[in-house]
Amino acid sequence: MTRTWTRLLSALATGALAVGLTACGSSNPLTPASTTAGGADNTIVVGSADFTENVLLAEIYAGALRGAGAKVTVKPRVGTREALVKGLQDKSLGVVPEYSGNLLAYLDKSATQTTPDEVYTALKAKVPSGLTVLQQSQAEDSDVLVVTQQTATQNNLATVEDLGPKCGDYVFGAAGEWKQRWEAKIKQLYGCTFKEIRTTDAGGPVTVEALKGGQVQVANLFTTASAIKANGFVQLKDTKRMYPAQNVVPFGRTDALGEAAAAALNKVSAALTTDKLTALVARVEVDKENAADVAADFLRDSGIPS
Amino acid sequence: MIHDLVKYLSNPRNQDAVVHLLLVHIRLALVPLLIGLLAALPIGWAAQRYRRVRALVLGASNVLYTVPSLALFVILPSIIGTRILDELNVVVALALYTAALLVRPVVDALDALPAHVLAAATAVGYRPVRRFLTVELPLAVPVLAAGVRVASVSNISLVSVGALIGVGGLGQLFTEGFQNAYNPPIVVGIALTLALALVVDLLLVAGRSLLTPWQGQRAGRRRLVGAA
Amino acid sequence: MIFSELADWLTDPANWTGHGGLLHRVAEHLRYTVIAVLGAAVVAVPLGLAVGHSGRGGTVVVGLANAMRALPTLGVITLLSLQLGILRVGPVLLGLGILAVPPILAGSYAGVQSVDRAVVDAAAGVGMTSWQRLWRVEVPIAMPLLLGGLRGAVLQVVATGTVAAYVGLGGLGRPLLDGLRVTDYPRVAGAAVVVAVLAVLLDLVLAAVQRQIVPRGLRLASRTVSGVA
Repeated sequence: MTRTWTRLLSALATGALAVGLTACGSSNPLTPASTTAGGADNTIVVGSADFTENVLLAEIYAGALRGAGAKVTVKPRVGTREALVKGLQDKSLGVVPEYSGNLLAYLDKSATQTTPDEVYTALKAKVPSGLTVLQQSQAEDSDVLVVTQQTATQNNLATVEDLGPKCGDYVFGAAGEWKQRWEAKIKQLYGCTFKEIRTTDAGGPVTVEALKGGQVQVANLFTTASAIKANGFVQLKDTKRMYPAQNVVPFGRTDALGEAAAAALNKVSAALTTDKLTALVARVEVDKENAADVAADFLRDSGIPS
Repeated sequence: MIHDLVKYLSNPRNQDAVVHLLLVHIRLALVPLLIGLLAALPIGWAAQRYRRVRALVLGASNVLYTVPSLALFVILPSIIGTRILDELNVVVALALYTAALLVRPVVDALDALPAHVLAAATAVGYRPVRRFLTVELPLAVPVLAAGVRVASVSNISLVSVGALIGVGGLGQLFTEGFQNAYNPPIVVGIALTLALALVVDLLLVAGRSLLTPWQGQRAGRRRLVGAA
Repeated sequence: MIFSELADWLTDPANWTGHGGLLHRVAEHLRYTVIAVLGAAVVAVPLGLAVGHSGRGGTVVVGLANAMRALPTLGVITLLSLQLGILRVGPVLLGLGILAVPPILAGSYAGVQSVDRAVVDAAAGVGMTSWQRLWRVEVPIAMPLLLGGLRGAVLQVVATGTVAAYVGLGGLGRPLLDGLRVTDYPRVAGAAVVVAVLAVLLDLVLAAVQRQIVPRGLRLASRTVSGVA
């Protein structure tokens, strides 16, 4: 009787100890993450959305912040903007790489600015209290509507204006949040109402496959995606500027980003260009290199300590 | 394929990432297992004793298990007020699943206890709590162990679903690999999940043998088969 | 609170009808479930019965079932999608089928194993051939556990079928994942509720089937491998 009792207790204790040991290297799962007060205890949590380029940008930010002396944790692939903003607001995240135009549209649905500077100024005004945007980069990654080469030639499509009246014939593939964000606007600006808006993914393999295979005839990709060149997709020009300027900009908590941190991220923004970003993204998407490796190379080549 | 796998694994950054995700995964799968078990014991005890409780509890646990894990991970923050990225969401959800899974084996095990053994214990002077802890529980171990083994495998698999909300241990290898159309992370993730499940299972079997020294190999295996 | 929003979302007919509406998604989800479980049963039931009946290979089979249980469905589906082609339904059906095999296999095997040796002996003594023993004696007695395994499989597949949406297919995972992306919690919760209700309904149907098939005398022994195994 007593022996079994002892055995039971010791088995449970060993189990608990083992689990506790694995918990030792990282945060205790039973209390909220300790990495909250960024600036205060000097640990910054960099989050990212769930597409490759954003993961890469998060790694670049993380490297630069480490070079500035901060302790950094990266939380990749958190989800969409909604989840990221929530994460920033409840202090699970310290900073995320964002895109000026889409962020502005998220914070202010009635925003009409389209050029980089206008968007940035409007954005700064709309950022909620406690949060901030640092300097924006000249590097842009915009949403873009694409079609296959064949569709473009057969239907004479070069711009979204050309597409507008013909939308009713096409199935459109995009990420799950696209419909909510852009369906009304594309109708208003281009008179475009697609036959069907189907969820594929955020510029990932499902969207590419769907476009190649013909399940969708028009798709939403990102301008830096390697799949566009790789598959000869045609980017339809957004002549009426439905998608505003999308400059890469760090978006984070004021209490998480101290002076040194902000300076480091501004250096990154200054060094990044659209061409460089596209090349870096290709290394991860096509060459399957590790995003942190590619980030480290970029920081080194740009002379930013990491 | 092998070449890609080797290239992926020989990069130290990848190695670090994989190890980190593995540790997170272990934590997210095993902590709920323990909590769920500890919760299922008193609930199962009550359900076995009182008929009304039994019907209620068994029904509730069946329904709970039908809620897709992904949904539970997402809804919990609104209900229990955690932050959206807290691993706690996954831990609580999996603890609930584990408890729901283990209540039935607890009830079954307690049902199957030979009445004369319990009577003997009472006759010798054991009061209910001590009888529960020192007589009923140890006898219940084989059936419980089978349930815990199933729950551990289930948890280890369910944790990867959390990757769809950014908390996922090895599941992040699946989403990353898929997004980049790159096999090696996925293969590594599957292999490690399997290995983890195997190791935990072996540990549980060893634990069961430790706690039931009176039981021979054969009897154990038979009961295993029935409850597997 | 969230419950009133959830109720609103579920009772809004616009969410149910039309292409991409809940009815459409339920039909897709049901299709994946039925094909995956049937496919798994076609493989697992004969295997479980054969091994249980012959008494050989039991440990291997149980070990195999347990190992398959450990395969993470999301991992299997993403890998198969990359290998066999994205947006094809095969990878999802295979992944869900793999998920369904262990409970069905375990149920069939345990069912046959649970037959009292004395009864099998008696059947042999009466002159039944191996085949007759299997079909006339062992299978009927094995039914509760076998069907229990089937019900468990259906439950798991319905709940896990939501991951099909991650690789671009349909099913109830679509509103769940899409709602998740825009933090539309009523939609996420609504999809979850529909999944749960679907699972419960299917379980009730199978329970009715079980009542029909299982001989009355055996219904007492419904200490089935619980619906969640």
